[in-house]
Amino acid sequence: MNTQAVKPQDSKSSSAGCVCQPTEEEMLRSLDAVIDGFAKTDGALIPILQTAQNLFGYLPKTVLKHISLRLKIPYSEVTGVVTFYSFFSTVPRGKHVVRVCLGTACYVRGGKEVLEAFKKNLKINVGETTPDRMFSLEVGRCFGACGLAPVAMINDDVHQRVKSAKIRDLISQYQREGEDVKEARS
Amino acid sequence: MPKIFVNNKEVEVAANATILDAARLVGVQIPTLCYYEGKAPIGACRVCLVEVEGARTLVASCSTPVIDGMKIHTNNQRVREARRTVVELILSEHEGSCQYCTRSEDCELKEIASHLGIEDIHYKGEKPVVHFDNSTPALVRDSGKCIKCRRCVTVCAEVQGVGALFPQNRGYKTMIGPAFAMDLDSVACVQCGQCAAICPVGAIQEKNDIDKVWAALEDKTKHVVVQTAPAIRAALGECFDYPPGTLVTGKMVTALRRIGFHSVFDTNFTADLTIIEEGTELLMRLKKALVEKQPVSLPMFTSCSPGWIKFAEYYYPEFLPNLSSCKSPQQMFGALAKTYYATQNGIKPEDMVVVSIMPCTAKKFEAQRPEMNSSGVQDVDYVLTTRELGFMIESAGIDFRNLEDGTMDSPLGISTGAADIFANTGGVMEAALRTVYELVTGREFPGADLRLGPVEGLAGIKAASLVITGTVPEWSFLENVEVKVAVAHGLANAANLLDQIKAGKANYHFIEVMTCTGGCIGGGGQPRYTDDSVRMARINAIYEEDAGKKLRKSHTNPQVKKLYDEFLKKPLGEKSHHLLHTHYHERDKN
Repeated sequence: MNTQAVKPQDSKSSSAGCVCQPTEEEMLRSLDAVIDGFAKTDGALIPILQTAQNLFGYLPKTVLKHISLRLKIPYSEVTGVVTFYSFFSTVPRGKHVVRVCLGTACYVRGGKEVLEAFKKNLKINVGETTPDRMFSLEVGRCFGACGLAPVAMINDDVHQRVKSAKIRDLISQYQREGEDVKEARS
Repeated sequence: MPKIFVNNKEVEVAANATILDAARLVGVQIPTLCYYEGKAPIGACRVCLVEVEGARTLVASCSTPVIDGMKIHTNNQRVREARRTVVELILSEHEGSCQYCTRSEDCELKEIASHLGIEDIHYKGEKPVVHFDNSTPALVRDSGKCIKCRRCVTVCAEVQGVGALFPQNRGYKTMIGPAFAMDLDSVACVQCGQCAAICPVGAIQEKNDIDKVWAALEDKTKHVVVQTAPAIRAALGECFDYPPGTLVTGKMVTALRRIGFHSVFDTNFTADLTIIEEGTELLMRLKKALVEKQPVSLPMFTSCSPGWIKFAEYYYPEFLPNLSSCKSPQQMFGALAKTYYATQNGIKPEDMVVVSIMPCTAKKFEAQRPEMNSSGVQDVDYVLTTRELGFMIESAGIDFRNLEDGTMDSPLGISTGAADIFANTGGVMEAALRTVYELVTGREFPGADLRLGPVEGLAGIKAASLVITGTVPEWSFLENVEVKVAVAHGLANAANLLDQIKAGKANYHFIEVMTCTGGCIGGGGQPRYTDDSVRMARINAIYEEDAGKKLRKSHTNPQVKKLYDEFLKKPLGEKSHHLLHTHYHERDKN
């Protein structure tokens, strides 16, 4: 079986350079362990892709090819699934992933304005990452929290009834968190 | 068995039947686009909507199973309007170039739109980004014409086991194609062209080489010869509205002569030659295994089908030593035309143009393989599909149906019935056994009418065995040996067979693999539309052609004998090795 090397994930490995960061070989080994666990399960592609994205931060092409070979699923099908779901990203993402819901309820309650405010404050478009690799901006299609619309998720945190005017504060809250960590490390 | 009513007509159908099956049973036509015979329905195109009494919405007939007592209406106003909306929406995104699209004569979308009485499209707006993929020697793809029915996805993944195509992205931005909507040359596509054969519109087609052939024919410095594959004669008639399975060998020859080819030859000639070379190769391998007890790659696989070769190079490189080293008949022909025939007629290889008429798109790729220039120049210059030849005959203003019958030129146009059946799944095996059996025992192959029933027909994997007795002294080591053979067609079936062999669950001496379902008669370059009934009609026509030949065994071909006497000297000899044999190499599948 072809175990291709994965390109160094420059976002994390270079900036952190710390012992707690697993090497890509270790990440591939962890991924293989997960794939082995699904050996007898049909329809394992999506959970495996989720695992891979959690491990690598995004889905590099080499990792997708590796998954295709291991699962014996055509590469075109693997990328077909990856490009279908907005959750998956094939480009490196920032430390914090902002996902603005544009499902029906959020859309009618100002989701679009929220998205515009994030774009303006982060100075990036949907699918892009800030030059300091701190934030990525994405769009979601319903997080199942329609009663709290409009909703945005930052990493695993759900932010409810988000107002465009408050977004600068929200961002700086996460920015500070990042700096705190950096300071603690140095 | 459930009883249902289709347009008030009672019909009893099998329990697992769909509404579409039931309707076809009572002769009710329902339009379909994504439906693929014999494969699980995907219900993607929504063109086959019907009304079921009591159901809240219209349902897709291809994917809805019947229930006892179901009352179905396939042609009322609600159904017609819904279908019209669906087709109008498809048309609203379709950049068809319909005025000059090569599919305008047989476009399924156009036909459905016309049957629904669509005269205007009510949905105007943005059109998707158009990408034209010209990256491979055999196929071109035009995303503007693609209607995302996914038949190509089904045939590529499920019939051929390749999976080069899949929907990429989502919704309005969906594109059918390789990973990340890249070009075909970026992936492990075997160029079989089944996607082009099944496409309802002009989104995937063979790369058109007609103009290059016209240019060669008008070049006074060139001597242009043509070879026709065995499968063409049983299918070309369909381009001129003959029913599938009409043999048009004689008219085809006359049409080729009228087009202006200097000599009209037959790939059948080198099919006969293939049997001599490949049969000898098989016997040599068996001898090495059984007498000399040396390690040798068995089972041996046939190597006529270029899609299969490329498939093995990508997906089963461990079996490459098992492939016969024989070139395909097309390439043997090219090599001999530009050496043997060229010398005899005092023509320089570089002044000669060899054109092939093939049922196949992968042959366009094969002709361009760098190994295929044994004559010092590219052995086969241009490959046209059956469909391209049909276009060429029409554009030359030839009244095909009223042509008199012609006969092929000598020497490279002389062949036996064994060569004809190369077109059918199982046919190469039968042809090989006719010669090998007689060589080994001195007696004619014992199958009824020289055929071997178990390897014929449309079952995906077929097998047979034969105990050899009464051998002549030279081959006495085969006395009482049970020779086991297998035949697979459709690359997913071939992969299945290879996996069985790898797992030690199956063992054979000789295996025939053809890329396309039904063999070459079902090739990616054949007239559309090809389903199993069309395949069977063409298969039967080919057996009819075989039965009508005086000579039906490759080793009895007088011109092949002469070729060995005058030029090649002996099978697997030095000249053969140089001109008729090749090698394979592993390819990176991702």
